[in-house]
Amino acid sequence: MALNASAISVGDTYQEVVAENLSRTQLVQYAGASGDYNPIHTDTPFAQEIAGYPSVFAHGMLSMGMTGRMLTNYVGDGRLTAFGVRFTRQVFPGATLTAKATVAAVRQEDGQHFVDLALSTTNQDGQEVCKGDASARIDP
Amino acid sequence: MPDDFSFPVESGHVMLFARAVGDDNPVYRDPEHAASTEVQGPIAPPTFVQASYHWDPNASYPRPGRPWRGSAAGPTGLPPGETSSSGRGLHAEQRYIYHRSLKVGETLTVRRRPGETWQKQGRRGGSLTFSEEISDFYNHAGELVVTATSVAVITGRAVDP
Amino acid sequence: MADEVTFPVEAGHIMLFARAVGDENPIYHDAEYAKTTELGGIIAPPTFERVWAQWDPAYVLRPKPGQPWFGSAAGPTGLPQKGSDDEGDGGGGGRGLHAEQRYVYHRPVLAGETLTARTRPGKTWTKEGKRAGSMTFREQIIEIFDQQNEIVVTATSVSVITSRAVDQ
Repeated sequence: MALNASAISVGDTYQEVVAENLSRTQLVQYAGASGDYNPIHTDTPFAQEIAGYPSVFAHGMLSMGMTGRMLTNYVGDGRLTAFGVRFTRQVFPGATLTAKATVAAVRQEDGQHFVDLALSTTNQDGQEVCKGDASARIDP
Repeated sequence: MPDDFSFPVESGHVMLFARAVGDDNPVYRDPEHAASTEVQGPIAPPTFVQASYHWDPNASYPRPGRPWRGSAAGPTGLPPGETSSSGRGLHAEQRYIYHRSLKVGETLTVRRRPGETWQKQGRRGGSLTFSEEISDFYNHAGELVVTATSVAVITGRAVDP
Repeated sequence: MADEVTFPVEAGHIMLFARAVGDENPIYHDAEYAKTTELGGIIAPPTFERVWAQWDPAYVLRPKPGQPWFGSAAGPTGLPQKGSDDEGDGGGGGRGLHAEQRYVYHRPVLAGETLTARTRPGKTWTKEGKRAGSMTFREQIIEIFDQQNEIVVTATSVSVITSRAVDQ
């Protein structure tokens, strides 16, 4: 079910917890599904001894993908027209992430309704890990 | 034991699986090459049916809102006191019987049945409990394609290296 | 990276990808349910498009038989150690990070279709950062077309190579 333009206004928010105590196993799972086998995401000796990080960390695209789940649950399946984020901070195992959308505009183009959303995904310490925006085609 | 489930044999999945076992044979990924061989089309490598696990309704993987036994902030995501025997489960033995080639593009039905269970005292892992599970993979025509027998062992303690 | 990669969008792959991002929406795995929606079938979740890399024979972030891999094995890296560790596309020494990603969706990606990803370089720029030293940003634009040569998704990826590991 898609979002209705008549039911939302600028400033409305929608949020979901998209990761709870993020596991290393899920990083492995994402590596296999996506094809990004960069060892910095799954390989502790490499991440620590070669790259100099405290541990492995999540693919930026995993945070974005999880943010996408919140988005499609809000606007409806197959309705996104644009989705963009900046990866502002790394996500480490154990993270709990909350993805939030804020309605920035509700507009009409050639009789079709659209919503523009500001996006922010934060970790358990309230630090932003992804910041971005999205647009979707919605129902009247 | 859980019910039957369907297992689609998809070309991309076969390609990824062959890669994961380091098998570069084009019969697993190149339709043109495969068409020129006696199997006449892409097939799956010998242990591919293991990947049916992804479609097993009881498959174990991290799911939203549920604690996962692997590490996260701590060495396990399970709450204190809750233990998982899975760290003590090992794969002891695996056998396949191939009745016909497993062709890319078919959808198999997986039917499982329990086999024997037995115990043994081991030097490196303490008391050992073995249990057998047999999976039969059928094609659309109801023909048996592969029979897989898996033997799992639960050890009394972590196996000494 | 290959300039053009053709790849199948398979239902099983969509299911695995949706699981990996923790999305249990049945539109991504339940064909019966998907038929009853306005989309008429299984679709791919946002960000799925990046799986084209699995079909890129030259993709740098995948181990290949017979080639040294930069991840750990007996030692912390499988590459010969020479001191210098910055080269490549997120590969070299783990100093490559994904800075930004944008998608424009022209229509949903459907299970069962075949798509072609065409990659071209975008802008490159350098910046001085507080947490990571000097940073080189590089943009890559990937356009994904269907077999009628209609555009389905435009993806813009910005990667950054930092001169040291980012301070936490």
